Amino acid sequence: MNTELLGIIATYALTLVIAIPLGKYLAKVFAGEKVWTDFLKPLESGIFKLSGINPKEEMNWKQHMKALLTINLVWLVYGFFVLIYQDKLPLNPDGNPGMTPDLSFNTVISFVVNCDLQHYSGESGVTYLTQHVVMMFLMFVSCATGIASAVVFFKAFRDKTTVKLGNFWDFFVKSITRLLLPLSLVVALILAFNGTPTSYEAKDQFISVQGDTVNVSRGPAAGMIAIKHLGTNGGGWFGVNSAHPLENPNYLTNSVELIAQVIIPIAMVIAFGIFIRRRKLAWIIFGVMTIGMFLLLIPTVSSELGGNPALAKMGISQTTGAMEGKEVRFGPAISGYWSTVTTIISTGSVNNMHDSTMPLTGTWQLLGMMINSFYGGCGVGILNYFIYLIIAVFISGLMVGRTPEFLGHKVEAREVKIAALITLLSPFLILAGTAIASYVFTSHGAADWAVQPQNWLNNPGFHGFSEMLYEVTSSNANNGSGFEGLGDNNIFWNVLTGFVLLIGRFLPIIGPVAIAGLLGAKKYIPESAGTLKTDTLTFGLMTFAVIIVLNALSYFPALALGPLAEYFTMLK
Amino acid sequence: MKSSSNKLFEPALVQTALKQSFIKLDPRVMIKNPVMFTVEIGTVIMAYVTVYSISHTGEGSPIYNFVIFLVLLLTVLFANFAEAIAEARGKAQADSLRKTREETPAKVVLADGKTEIRSSSLLKKGDVFICEAGDTIPTDGEIIEGIATIDESAITGESAPVIRESGGDKSSVTGGTKVLSDQIKVQVNTQPGESFLDKMIALVEGASRQKTPNEIALTILLASFTLVFIIVCVTLKPFANYANTPITIAALISLFVCLIPTTIGGLLSAIGIAGMDRALRANVITKSGKAVETAGDIDVLLLDKTGTITIGNRKATNFYPAPGIDTKDFIDACVMSSLADETPEGKSILELAITQDYKVMPAPAGSTFIKFTAETRSSGLDTLDGKRTRKGAFDSIRNMVLKAGNPFPVETEDQVKAISNNGGTPLVVAVNEKTMGVIELQDIIKPGISERFERLRKMGVKTVMVTGDNPLTAKFIAEKAGVDDFIAEAKPEDKMNYIKEEQAMGKLVAMMGDGTNDAPALAQADVGVAMNSGTQAAKEAGNMVDLDNDPTKLIEIVEIGKQLLITRGTLTTFSIANDVAKYFAIVPALFIGSIPALQSLNIMGLHSPESAILSAVIFNAIIIPILIPLALKGVEYKAIGASALLRRNLLIYGVGGVVAPFIGIKIIDLLVGLFV
Repeated sequence: MNTELLGIIATYALTLVIAIPLGKYLAKVFAGEKVWTDFLKPLESGIFKLSGINPKEEMNWKQHMKALLTINLVWLVYGFFVLIYQDKLPLNPDGNPGMTPDLSFNTVISFVVNCDLQHYSGESGVTYLTQHVVMMFLMFVSCATGIASAVVFFKAFRDKTTVKLGNFWDFFVKSITRLLLPLSLVVALILAFNGTPTSYEAKDQFISVQGDTVNVSRGPAAGMIAIKHLGTNGGGWFGVNSAHPLENPNYLTNSVELIAQVIIPIAMVIAFGIFIRRRKLAWIIFGVMTIGMFLLLIPTVSSELGGNPALAKMGISQTTGAMEGKEVRFGPAISGYWSTVTTIISTGSVNNMHDSTMPLTGTWQLLGMMINSFYGGCGVGILNYFIYLIIAVFISGLMVGRTPEFLGHKVEAREVKIAALITLLSPFLILAGTAIASYVFTSHGAADWAVQPQNWLNNPGFHGFSEMLYEVTSSNANNGSGFEGLGDNNIFWNVLTGFVLLIGRFLPIIGPVAIAGLLGAKKYIPESAGTLKTDTLTFGLMTFAVIIVLNALSYFPALALGPLAEYFTMLK
Repeated sequence: MKSSSNKLFEPALVQTALKQSFIKLDPRVMIKNPVMFTVEIGTVIMAYVTVYSISHTGEGSPIYNFVIFLVLLLTVLFANFAEAIAEARGKAQADSLRKTREETPAKVVLADGKTEIRSSSLLKKGDVFICEAGDTIPTDGEIIEGIATIDESAITGESAPVIRESGGDKSSVTGGTKVLSDQIKVQVNTQPGESFLDKMIALVEGASRQKTPNEIALTILLASFTLVFIIVCVTLKPFANYANTPITIAALISLFVCLIPTTIGGLLSAIGIAGMDRALRANVITKSGKAVETAGDIDVLLLDKTGTITIGNRKATNFYPAPGIDTKDFIDACVMSSLADETPEGKSILELAITQDYKVMPAPAGSTFIKFTAETRSSGLDTLDGKRTRKGAFDSIRNMVLKAGNPFPVETEDQVKAISNNGGTPLVVAVNEKTMGVIELQDIIKPGISERFERLRKMGVKTVMVTGDNPLTAKFIAEKAGVDDFIAEAKPEDKMNYIKEEQAMGKLVAMMGDGTNDAPALAQADVGVAMNSGTQAAKEAGNMVDLDNDPTKLIEIVEIGKQLLITRGTLTTFSIANDVAKYFAIVPALFIGSIPALQSLNIMGLHSPESAILSAVIFNAIIIPILIPLALKGVEYKAIGASALLRRNLLIYGVGGVVAPFIGIKIIDLLVGLFV
């Protein structure tokens, strides 16, 4: 068998080997059961004592969301000012400047919402200090925010009827101390030993064989790259992210980074099943997500391995597949795998340039982000999935002749209203955002911005449309990757994506948690033969159909004008 | 009414419905249905575009625009027609019931005791009237004096006369029924126009129809789908501008109308009305649409044993004489004890005696009948020659016998136990305090009832038998009939407690009742069905009234409720699944002009962009009338378990919903292609 494909299989298999026990461990941690990391308890109680928090205080879903929004607001304000004034702060050996307010606005939002859309380049846009106290810090806390929200959601279904959903701070702190910190340590060590820099020195210099003087940026990167993947953040230390030879030196680190970004999203699904004592349900959810992933992965890898049809037409043989925008040390297969996982999971780190992938691959990448729940981001993936599930529960409940119910709680108008609103939100943000951008591009091409709209697109035509669509989709999905042909560091894109990021993050967290909170407080109805079971293959299929149909219906015209038009035109 | 037609489209109804479809175009009415309201707005815009395109270029030909306008208008009219025909059918059904209570003269009793003839429509709540043999009862009321046999066939279709009397649980009379014998004094208990039937008609007509909770939730979901498609269509304009592809308003509106769930949106209210209508056809008057919907969710059914599970009353099946007593003497004693016994059990003893070639003679002159009392728990006959025959419950007769100093035979005692263990009821007979033997009474379980319970079990409904029998007998019958649980020696408050307990576990409970002491339980139950013959209190407390007084009706009601939800769910699925094909028709049509490569998406090979769009819109319109019969009849409920049912419906309406429009649109395109 092709060793490139073996690489994918081995990486995915290893992911499962780590993720499944990790899920069991997480369920225990959040249930407060005994685990081997309990030696960290004093650290946690120290943190709680210092912040005056009683981690035993039970919260309902509203209190949870209030806590979440408050602390996120604090980080936003804090990060915004630190980035603007970073030039005046220490640890800036390269003398990088402070950010403009609109770039800082976009950047801080993007890191708070676990997206890491970067309209700056790590080498020149930030300092070692801000990489640490803003970027890396936010990578930990934004991921922990997502995980804590998911645990609140778990809590709502653990007991038959309850409004007590645990303590937000407890979940939040434990996510960091028991999960993110220890795992980051391991990953960072592997990266450091494989050549990722960890020094505080300024740029290095060497003279190439051609005689050019080359400046090489470095810095304490390994730690950040670890949490960047574990926390499905995706913001690179260097501008070109994990395609950079220091950020991702070899095939081993490539696999480690790939595994790191998938284990927590999968572990959360497993943890859900164990936590609410319905393992079968979790396996069905996992199955749907996995099938979804493979349906995006297989055509991606096959079209990347197949090479560019336009080149083939010219009679050029492409035995190594489509290599434009890819690193020779990785090759097209594992790069295709990376581009799939980084889009279905809201990481958004890249080891190859998505702008250069085949048009159909672009469609799969976009779809992965639009769906945003085939595993999905840390914690938020399962929350996104839950919205689809509620719609599926509602429609299939009707189809079997009963008022729809999920895990013994009736799904009624209020829950449907919230689910409908969240379902609506993604098409609204993605399509409206892209529409505004298209409008500005066509009608106000000469607007006096840092990059004039008429110069936004490196590739006009269908591909240019895909670039804009990709940018907004990536923001809405809190993904952070980009079709990098887009000139995005200007007030329009900074502000537009800033708002899309904010709304696309918090409403899809509040919505599912609210539904769970409302359902959990309802009377528990014991199962009967007439009850629609949600842990069956049939229901899994139904959820899958809902996911595909909803997304296809929302985005088909946009995709037709972007990647599909490009693909079919290229074939002609 | 049983006599009413079951034809879906009766010409008279269709005519009314057609008229209504136009009246319902009033935007103030349309706005209640957000999906169809947006189609109406689209229609208005197309009317404007048609006029505009006569004098301007760039928006396509006026004729083409006019055709699109026409198809959109038809879409709205079809949806209105669906609702109107459902209403008309419901109304016709209710009207035929109401006809039975046309103007009838009523003999009203005045304060001074005299009677006066007054028209039934002038009767007010509290008025008292008299009905004699041959009179038609002018309006609904409660008997306050007297007993009468009444022919209720006008309402129930059942020709056997029924007995109604004051004071008991069968004290209600219905307007339009006929008194066959005797005389009764009846008090009117509703204001004119406020009877249950009047309320039901108002519900069907839409005047007071409120959306049910589930209907609201579905409307929200459909409205949000509509919003998604508004976004899709509005943003398509700037996208197309970017791609230098002009899109006509006609194309954009067509795309929008095709995508939004018009099929379910147009049929939604018809489905709801049809649900109530189906209940009415089953002779059940529902007080709200919600009750029908709730019926589909019922987890527990409380059923009275008598009449529901067993046929009428217990029957005597065997005579067991005590040791040393001649069979003939024993039967003689049994007959004597039952001669004056008017209860069905008593009569059945005589019937059994006759089958054993016994000649029943009338009671000797001068005998006194000893009535059954709760204290003695026995009844019998005292003849002039001093013979005291008694028949009663085992322990009461035994006490009597022992008290008189006579022994109670062990064999008889064993026989009594054996009968009880077999689910029968033993009646011991004694003459002059000497034990004669035991009569075995047995319940006769209705044929086919256990299959119905099996069906309910597959639906996930637990059946509970309520009976006054002792636990042993109750258990035997419960097992034989296949009910899941029973309440033995039930008192009215036992029902209430049972309902409360089940509800505390989150279950929905349905029950049927007729007596005043059933009223609290009927009110407590999630679905309470009162028998029409029951007391006014019972009818007020329940949320449905069964005109047939048929206890098995509950099972039918549950199925009607399920059918209602299933019809909604399957048509929603169908409607959404349709969109896939419509996209493949319209999206390539929109862009082929400037992006020829997108012809590859035209997988149906449609004739031209114009014909593709037109075909999609036409398909979208005609699918509504095609599905009206299904909406009115309801999608069949199959008790095959939830997952299997989901698979089945997903296959038929989901996969079918994806495939059908591909075929339909292609066929229409072939036809349209002849003209465009």
